[in-house]
Amino acid sequence: METFLQTLASGILIGGLYAIIGIGMTLIMGVLNIINLAHGQILMISMYITWVLWHYFGIDPYMSIFITIPTVFLIAEGISKYFLHPLIDKDSILPENQVLMTVGIGMVIMELARTIFTSDFKSISPTTTLRGEKIDIPGYLQNSIHIANISISIPLLIAFSISIFLTLGLFLFLTKTDKGRSVRATAQDKGAAALMGISTAKITILTYGIGSALDAAAGSLLLPIYYLYPDVGPIFTVKAFVITILGGLGSTVGAIFGGLILGLAETFGATYISMGYKDAVGLIIFLLVLVFFPGGLKRFTKV
Amino acid sequence: MLKVNHVDMSYGDLQVLWDVSFEVRQGEIIVLVGANGAGKSSILKTISNIKNPSHGEIIFEDFNLVTAQPHEIIEHGVIHVPEGRHLFNEMTVEENLIMGSLSQRAKPRRNEMIDYCFGLFPRLKERRKQIAGTLSGGEQQMVAIARGLMALPKILMLDEPSLGLAPILVQEIFEIVRNVSKEGITILLVEQNVRQTLAFCDRAYVLENGRVTKEGTGNELLNDEYVREAYLGI
Repeated sequence: METFLQTLASGILIGGLYAIIGIGMTLIMGVLNIINLAHGQILMISMYITWVLWHYFGIDPYMSIFITIPTVFLIAEGISKYFLHPLIDKDSILPENQVLMTVGIGMVIMELARTIFTSDFKSISPTTTLRGEKIDIPGYLQNSIHIANISISIPLLIAFSISIFLTLGLFLFLTKTDKGRSVRATAQDKGAAALMGISTAKITILTYGIGSALDAAAGSLLLPIYYLYPDVGPIFTVKAFVITILGGLGSTVGAIFGGLILGLAETFGATYISMGYKDAVGLIIFLLVLVFFPGGLKRFTKV
Repeated sequence: MLKVNHVDMSYGDLQVLWDVSFEVRQGEIIVLVGANGAGKSSILKTISNIKNPSHGEIIFEDFNLVTAQPHEIIEHGVIHVPEGRHLFNEMTVEENLIMGSLSQRAKPRRNEMIDYCFGLFPRLKERRKQIAGTLSGGEQQMVAIARGLMALPKILMLDEPSLGLAPILVQEIFEIVRNVSKEGITILLVEQNVRQTLAFCDRAYVLENGRVTKEGTGNELLNDEYVREAYLGI
């Protein structure tokens, strides 16, 4: 029973983190109508920035989201404006080619990372040296809290809380502000959005930025509990893709549940089957959903 | 108020408007009638600058719409209610109305206009929190018109508002159009429902194969030999 509760707690916590990766992807999918296959690689950019900030500047990994979010937002805006939007703008270019473009962008990011950081595995080291001074990692990063007999790792708990905070922020943005409503309007009917005076081009570029910014937050939050190497991107692209299919394409609420399901499937798979098969469990659930609920969880939600 | 002068427009290599000219004066109800593919909707799309004309000019109150951005055209009060309603189907009725008032001119009067629209369409007030995609066809058309009104139009361009509606609802929609007109809003209406619209419009233009072939007051056209034969089947 204790193992079960322990697994459940870890699954939900990691699921919350997966959810913001999925929401970012699903937002982009809804507005741009493409599957962003560079999603994991963009997350990796944020992980490397977080790693550099800790390793060379001694900045707390959780504080670095204040740097990674805006930086990745701007990078993504650039990618969207100069590489994706020119393809969306032309009716004669099929959407498939935009997806290919995201594959290409992902590869470039990955190989750039390999060139700069080599293929070594990196993670947040317990200490780093800054101008000859040794800095220890903040203590809370290595601690857990215990409730009954369940131990909850503080990094995961922080990651989960920030994820919830960001998700709520996104929902307020999408439902209460004119910009956010314009994003939803563009996703629902681009032609009508244009007639409302919405610049759909600007909204598309903005949406890619917002989706990537959520991704960036997830990257910073993941680093203390994960390891980092240039090929880490595709792993998260696949996870994000699985989450969006679970949740139903373009559905933000669905993505939250998709993230939680994937997180739970992975942790239960790791506990009860084998650590090595944890990704396989996620993919099996993915296949089952495709076969039995082709529309994903979207049919149970409205947003 | 609105002058369309010698406008040509093409979709790629296919030219659909040929030297179209017409004029709408303040307070009028103008109808563009014609068969499918005559270019009626294309004219509205050209005026709201979703499609760029290859030749000609469109002037609204001394403002050249051809070179303007779509949002500037809306800011000037030229509002296009598209064919097929095109609501935001996953938003509520109220959110759809809000989307109509994004312009700087309309935004400060948003709440006042929502109340005004609900006064005009009491049925929508009951359904303000309902998802627009689940409304009936007639109600959806009301939302589409209300969303247009939210933008504080000086001229409201309605593209086939009666499309796909039961005859009794068509009557209701035309009644609404007349009421809107009485509020001082100029109406440019595109319709296939020739007989009924000619009966209440001020003037009408007949379009055939992308050209204006006839114009006149509603009564003139209703009594016109050619119009009677081609469009009224008499």
